[in-house]
Formats: sequence, C-alpha cells, structure tokens
Amino acid sequence: MNDLNKKNSLKSTIIVIACVLAFWGLLLLIENFNLIVPGGPKLFNPTSKLFMVLRKVIVYCLIAVSMNLLNGFTGLFSLGHAGFMLFGAYTFAILTTPVSLKVPADGIFYKYGGSVVHFSLQEAFQAIFGTSPAGERISLILGVLVALIISGAVAAVFAYLIGLPVLRLKSDYLAIATLGFAEIIRTIFQCEVIQLPGGGELVLGKLTNGANMIKGFPTLNSFNIIGENGKTALYLSTVVPAIIVTACIAIIVLLINSTYGRSFKAIRDDEIAAEAMGINLAKHKILSFCVSAFFAGVGGALYAMFATTYQAKPFTSVLTYEILLIVVIGGIGSVTGSCIGSFLYIACSEWWLRFLDEPMFIGNFQVPLLKDGFRMVVFSVVIMIVVLFFRKGIMGTKELPDLFKKKKNKTKGKVNSNAG
Amino acid sequence: MITTLLTGISVGGQYALIAIGYTMVYGILRLINFAHGDVFMVSGMMLIWFVSSTPITIAVPLIIVVTVVLGFLIERAAYLPLRNAPRMSAMISAIGVSYLLQNVITYLTGGQPMTYPTIPLLAKTVGIFGTKQTMATIVTLPMVIVLVISLSFLINHTKVGMAMRAVSKDFETSRLMGIKINNVISVTFIIGSALAAVGSVLYFSNYSKIVAVSGALPGLKAFVAAVFGGIGSIPGAVIGAFIIGICENLIKATPYSVFSDAFTFAILVVVLIFRPTGIFGEKTVDKV
Amino acid sequence: MKKVLSIVMALLLVGAVFAGCAPATDDGGSEENVIRIGVFEPLTGDSASGGKKELLGIQYANAETPTVTLGDVEYKVEVVYSDNGSTTDKAPSAAATLVDKEVAIVLGSYGSGVSMAASDTFNQAGLAALGITCTNPNVTKGNDHYFRICFLDPFQGSVLANFAMDKCGAKKAYLLGELGNEYDQGLLTFFEQTFTAAGGEVIKADFPTNTADFTQYLNTAKAEGCDVIFTPVSIAYATQIVSQAARLEIGLPILGSDTLDDNKVLEAAKGTDTELYVSTFYQEGGSVEFDEGIKNYINTNADAKTANGGDDTISAVTAMGYDAYYVALEAIKAAGSADPAAVKAALPAVKYVGVSGDIAFDEIGDAIRDTAYIKTVDTEAGVWMLETVQKAN
Repeated sequence: MNDLNKKNSLKSTIIVIACVLAFWGLLLLIENFNLIVPGGPKLFNPTSKLFMVLRKVIVYCLIAVSMNLLNGFTGLFSLGHAGFMLFGAYTFAILTTPVSLKVPADGIFYKYGGSVVHFSLQEAFQAIFGTSPAGERISLILGVLVALIISGAVAAVFAYLIGLPVLRLKSDYLAIATLGFAEIIRTIFQCEVIQLPGGGELVLGKLTNGANMIKGFPTLNSFNIIGENGKTALYLSTVVPAIIVTACIAIIVLLINSTYGRSFKAIRDDEIAAEAMGINLAKHKILSFCVSAFFAGVGGALYAMFATTYQAKPFTSVLTYEILLIVVIGGIGSVTGSCIGSFLYIACSEWWLRFLDEPMFIGNFQVPLLKDGFRMVVFSVVIMIVVLFFRKGIMGTKELPDLFKKKKNKTKGKVNSNAG
Repeated sequence: MITTLLTGISVGGQYALIAIGYTMVYGILRLINFAHGDVFMVSGMMLIWFVSSTPITIAVPLIIVVTVVLGFLIERAAYLPLRNAPRMSAMISAIGVSYLLQNVITYLTGGQPMTYPTIPLLAKTVGIFGTKQTMATIVTLPMVIVLVISLSFLINHTKVGMAMRAVSKDFETSRLMGIKINNVISVTFIIGSALAAVGSVLYFSNYSKIVAVSGALPGLKAFVAAVFGGIGSIPGAVIGAFIIGICENLIKATPYSVFSDAFTFAILVVVLIFRPTGIFGEKTVDKV
Repeated sequence: MKKVLSIVMALLLVGAVFAGCAPATDDGGSEENVIRIGVFEPLTGDSASGGKKELLGIQYANAETPTVTLGDVEYKVEVVYSDNGSTTDKAPSAAATLVDKEVAIVLGSYGSGVSMAASDTFNQAGLAALGITCTNPNVTKGNDHYFRICFLDPFQGSVLANFAMDKCGAKKAYLLGELGNEYDQGLLTFFEQTFTAAGGEVIKADFPTNTADFTQYLNTAKAEGCDVIFTPVSIAYATQIVSQAARLEIGLPILGSDTLDDNKVLEAAKGTDTELYVSTFYQEGGSVEFDEGIKNYINTNADAKTANGGDDTISAVTAMGYDAYYVALEAIKAAGSADPAAVKAALPAVKYVGVSGDIAFDEIGDAIRDTAYIKTVDTEAGVWMLETVQKAN
C-alpha cells in the first residue's frame, strides 16, 4: 500500500513537472510565434495586451502565493505585503540601476546630486565576465538573480525586525499593526530629508530618490535576445519571469509540504493544540513571516521589472487589499488557487472589461451607462458575486491536481459499484 | 498652540463618530467593516445631490435616513449571507463593498472633486481664544459627548442595548436565549451609519470637497482609533479618536509633518505591544 | 468537486467571451482609410479632472478636423483613448491597450508620473508619444520616442519663484506638496532653487496622500511669517487648500502651477478674498476663434460639459490638447502614412503654430517654449484674469 502511494506521488510529481515544462514551452512559443510565422495573429505580438497581462499575472502569482503562505497556511492575518514589496523593489532598483544613470548629478537622482550607491550589480559582474555580448548577457542574468535574492533577503530581515514585536499580537490586531508598518515604510521611502533631532539632516533621497521615480534598471524586456540587425531575435520577456516565479513557488510548496509546513497548518488550525503538541509557536510564526516577506520582496522586485519604473506612491494599503482579494478569490490555503485568482483578477480588471469604459454603438443605438469608470463598477460587482457565492474561493483549500485525482477516484468508485 | 489643540479636538471628534461604528460592529460580529469609511463618504456625496433639489433643513435629516438605509442594506446584502462563513470571507466582503462604493461614486462624479454645500449654521466662523474657528469645529465636541452619553444609555438601559451586550458576549448562547440576532445586528449597523452620517456633515462642512476616496483616510484613522482604544469598547473608541486627532495635529505643526500618518500607526503599534487588546479592551481568554 | 470545476469552466468561458468580444470591438474600426490616434489620459483617479479636459480639447479638434489627406487619399481620423487611472501601476497595461489598437501616435498623458511609467511600453511598440502637459524633465530625457509640447518644470518653477519675489515681494515662502508625488516635489525643488538663489527663504512641508485637513499647514505658514504659499498640487488637493485658506482667513497669496488652472479651483476661490496666482500654458482670449468654437462645442454637448466640470471656462490643458492633435496630424502628414515608425521619424521636424503659441521641438524632444502665462482669479465674477506673461530670461 505504502509502495503504491509512493509510486502515485512520484507519478503525479512527474505529471506536474511535465505540465510546468509544457507551460513554459507554450509561453515561449506564443511569444515568438510572430517571429517564426510572420503575420500571425495580432494577439501574439509581444507588445500586445495578452503579454502585458500575462507578465503582470506571473508576478502577482508569486506575491499572492507568498501572502497565502502567511494568511492561508499559517493563519497569520497580515496586511503588510505592500511594505515588503517596497523593500524588495527599492533594493532591486537601487542595486541594478546603471551607474551612468544614477551617479551623475543630472541623472535620475538629479534632485540630490546623484546616488550614494556607486555601483550596479550587473556592471560589477561585467568586470569579471567582460563586455562582449555573451559576457554582458551572463552579467545581466547573474546581476538580476543576485539582486532578486538580495531584495528578498532585505525584505526578510526587516520582516524579522517587525515580526519580533508584532507577531505577539493576534488576528485583527496583527492585521492592523502590519498594515501600520507598511504605511510607515512607505512614508520613509517617499521622504526626502529627515531632520535629525541633533540638528543634522539625513538625506534619504540620495538612496531612494525620494518622490522621484527610479528608472533605467533591467526590465523584463532586457531578457530578450537582440539579434545582430538590432531587432529582437528571441523574446524571453515572459518566459524568464515565469521560470523564476515557478522556482520560487516550488520552494514555497516544498516548504508547505515539509515538517515546517505541517507545523504552520497546525498553528493555523489551533494554536493552543499546536503548542501542546510541542510546536514552538514563536519560531514557526517568525519563520513563516520571514519566508513570506522574502518572496514578497522578490515579487516586488519582479514587479519593478515589469513596471519598468519604480516609485512608492501606488504601494498603499489598497494594493495589499488587492492581493488579499486575489488570495481569497482563489481560495485561502490553495497555491494553484492563488495563481488562478491572479489571472482572473488581473485579466478581468485590466483587459476583458476594458471595453466597458468606452461608449459603444450597436448600429445607431448607443449602449447606455458605458463611460469611463464603468469597468470598475462592473468589476466590483463581479468581485462581490464571487465573494458572496463562492465563500471558500474558487479552489477552496484544494490544489489543481486534486481536482483530477478526485475525479479519477470517483470514476473508479463508479466502476467498482457497477461491478458490484 | 490653541489652534492646534482645537483642530485636534475637532478632528478627533469626527474620527470618534466614525470609530463608534467600527467598534460596535466589531464588538458584535468580530468584523472589521472596511466599508464604513465609504458609507461616510457616500453620505457626504448624497447631501450634495439632495441639496440641489431640497432645502438644506430637509436634506440633512434626509441623508441621515438614507445613510441608515444604506448601512442596513449593506449588512443584509453583503454580511448576512456570510454569517456562518469563515471570518476572513466577511472581511473580504467588506473590502468588496468598499471597492464597489468607491467605484460607483467615481463613475457618477466622473472623478471630479465635488463641492460640499455650505450649511449656514456650521460654516459661520467665530472667534475663540483669539483664533478663528468654524462652528463645525466648535460644535463637534459637545455633539460627540451628547451622542456618546445617549448611546451608553441606549446600551446600558434598554432592551435592545441588553441584547447587544448579550450578543457581543456570546453569539451562540444569546441566540439560544431567544434574541433575534439579525435584528440586533441590523440595529448596530443602523446606529453606526447614523453616526457616520452626522460625522460626515461635520467633517465635510469643514473640508468642503469630496472625492471618491475621501472616506478612506478618515475611515482608516477612525479604525486605528477604535483599535487603539480597545476595539469593541465605545468609550475606548472615543478616547482613542481624540488622542489620535490631537497627536496628529501636534505632529503636523512640527517639521516632521511628513510623518503625521506614520506616527499615528507608530503609537498604535507601541500601544498594542504593551496592551495587546488596546487601552480599554477586554483581555481575551482562549478557551481550550 | 464537479461543482467547483464547472464554476471554473463557466468563469473561463465567460472570460473567453469577453476576450473574444474585446478584439471584436477593436476591429470594428479597422476598415480601410482610418488612422487612429491614441489618447493616454487619466479619466478616473486624482487627476481625472485634468485628463478629461485635455481629452476634451483633442475631441473638439477631432470634431473640427475629422479627416486627413495623405497623397490623394482621404483618411478618417479616429481618436481612441485609454484610462490610466492616474496611477503608475495601471499605466503600462493602459498603454498596451493603445498599442493593441494599432494607433499611429500617442498623445498624453496629463501627469508626468504615468507618462514615464508607460514610456517603455510605447518604446517597445515603436510608437512616438507626444506629451501634452507633462512638465517633468525626466519624461523626454534619455529617450527618442517621447516628445512634448509644453514648457518644463525648471522653467515653470523659476518663473513662479521670480513672480513671487517681484509681484508679491515675498522673502519667505511656504512650500506645500504631496508626499511622494514626483510632479509636486519636482516643482517645489525648482522653485526653491530659484527662490533661495535670489535671497529668499523657504519652509517646506509635505502632506500624506488623501489628506483633507490642511488647517494645520496653513496655520503654520501664517505663524512662521511666510509671505506666500506655493502649492503645486493635484486639483483635488488644490480645491481643499484654496477653500480652507479662505475660510481660515490666512490672507497670504497662494501660488500654483499649471494643475491649479482648473475651473474646480476657480469655483473654490469664487466669492472669497483669496489671492491666487497660477502659471499656465494658455489664457482665454489667446485665440478668439478657438475660444468661440470650443465654448460652442461644450455648450452643445452635454457629455463635454460634464467633462469640463459643468461650465464653459476654458482650461489651458484643453487648448494644449487641441494643439497636440494638430501637431500629431502634421506629423502624420509629414510622414505620408500612418506607420508608427514613419510618424516617429517625422515628428521631431514638425513645426506648428498653435493657439497656445509656436510649437517646435529641440534635440531632447521638448517644445521650445519661453512663455508662461500667469493668471489670477477675479473672485467676485469667478473668472480667470491674465496677470502677466513671463518670458525666460
């Protein structure tokens, strides 16, 4: 029996890996479809809405899953995600913006006479690998990867510091305290100068560029391979983030399925019982908090790469609520649910419903109500319907593979009963 | 300094009126009603629309009634169906309602800032301690005190009040005792919305412009005030609101004005760390 | 479980229908001889008021000149717009909507932040973008696809600083802006540079997003003995600041930038004794023909009137939108086709005499402009009056 289970789990692992590989392949194929077959559908243009939405969905998947780890699997109700994303994104942007842009006094840090950070990771790697096209490419990839990891680490370190006092709070109190920290973090990032009590000044702007945008750092489009004629030879701007995000989610899934993950779930289901079973509450809570923050930081950095410019302004509590909505719509405690939720949420709000913002004519009849802003009204009604009628979200606590397994069992059961 | 304090007290009073709504709902349903700040905003928006067709003396009582109806409907439509669902679902529903209200108002106003009508009685400026203040600023404090006293009377000395206290103590048992839970919850929402409507008249008379997100910040601040005072406790919410209103204005008068919001959260976190259930909150005991 | 699955399938199906529907509506206009001009503006969010007025100018220009002749063929010009919601996080996907509609050129946006956030999307698609009133220097700097027809913030900031010194005799200025807003903070810096270089003194304060209560800031300005308040903020905040300053009887002149040139701000100042000065791109009366035309357009079109805030006061951004449309047409004519690459190549050489003045581009892609109009409010009548015309020194 045990053997059979092992065999089954091995089989499903292989199936999952095959599906992921197929997904990457499909992304790669459709993104380059018009390069292979010129004049293909407009939808497959890499600049089209489809890819814009896909890239954002991919980034949001990671952020939503990282929030799910905390809220869904550990039962810690935290609303600090926007803050962790800020740490990640700023760390990434500061570390990778080319020196030629950030150091000169009239560059993007023009208000502060240049940045205090006098290096950028990918340029540092170029010193090792040379500036040949291949060397540049390796430096770029290494630089971005190292920067992503540092971004996550910085977010995790701050999460640890915040978590020490805050994780003693329970449920809604924890939520409001983390929300508060996220707001404080945002204010600090937006602030230009802090007057020190001693009379000195701390010019934060030299590091964070204050209210101004940081731009010019590697974006998702930097992954595209440019051919010798100056045109793009291979589009990788959707596949590469997909691979990074899948890797991160895989790590989270492995964590959830490990002993730590089982302890997280025990804490979620009943803290007192978990403690009685010998689970160290403080240790596990802070672990979950830091891991979640790490991936939120990586997600924030990827978000900056997606958005191509970076500024703290949109990272308000509204963004956290948005991610929370995605998590709940997908199903609290379901990794694949979060991914499906991200897709439906972003595709609905930014793509499928956009036609509602424009006046539409059927013949000479102007469809009433359609004007700018209507899209968001319809979208919020859709959200309300989902929330009210699918209380456990789309997936509940199930994962996508579970759906197929169950179905198989059921048919098996039917066959058996028929035979009986 | 006096101006700062007066403004602080007035702002605190307005937060208090919203915070009571948060704290009462939380006390009974254990639900953070994120839509409360938006109900407050919609109430202000509706006065603008009513004033264009009715005289202001009728419009003001009318919006209190309409806001109450709105609060009641939101509870029935968005929270009642989720009474037995996980707590997170109800909260998400609240976020959804908040989204919906903001988006509907953005749609209707086209995102333009709307001008709040002047209510002659409240807009008058009077000199007090050598500073100019509007009547709205001065009226706030006595009004909050009167409302809070009548509210405590309602809660402590009436049948509905008793039912409310019973429900907030133990949901299931009070149901077994024959209390009509849904009615009690509706009454809570009605009181909360009515106070929010009064708050909106005072608040927007002072600040005169409304946009779709106008409810977000006062809502958040009032919520922080409710948590600060110990969520579920009415005197706690009121005192919390005054402390936050005054602190915020004191900060704004220093070179650290940038941190006025951040500071609000910072004191909240400090208070929560030392008193995890707020200043007046009851100690929660985990039942095993 | 089947239930859940069926729900997922149903949702996907609904999605697919919408997805199928959306391109269908896009393709509705793809018959022969149509040229599309994309408009990238905030139609919701805190800058909605300005974005709508800018769009109004473009729509009026389009109603006035709905066709363009290239060679011997007459093309219909269609204006397609996309709402960036005034936020930088929605900007890239709003920009992609325009790219999908195969526009020849993009106009906009009101607000520099969203323009910069969308910049890369336009660049990837090989589109030229023509900023109408995005005044931050970084919009056009370091790229070859973003152009603009307005003046820049360093110019505007120094004009206002000089004006504060000369006209108001100010020695000490109170600078108030929104925390974390690139536009506000940029202008405050440029103002401060000129003002302190000329021997002035400044006190700077930032307010957090969504602030409604400015009492404390205004009182501080008065208590610190400032002579003038400079507050280049979004319209929603500006209306609050102006009306609260009037109510508190602060009595200091308020200086604002191009964002304050809006009839909502005018409405806030009407009937008070506020002294309000704003710098802007166009003053009513600059072109009588345009003024009459647009007023007629606004008054005969209910939607246009709502978009303009309910009256027929002409905002400078409307005039700029009007000019931008014609500059885009000139570029298309010069290119001889609606091919984005050709339009992009033709745009830098375009010269056009617009209602807001002569428009030509320098090597960065900025308009060569040395004039700013400073307006003040006639608070009794509730109209803008031209105070002075400031030129760069």
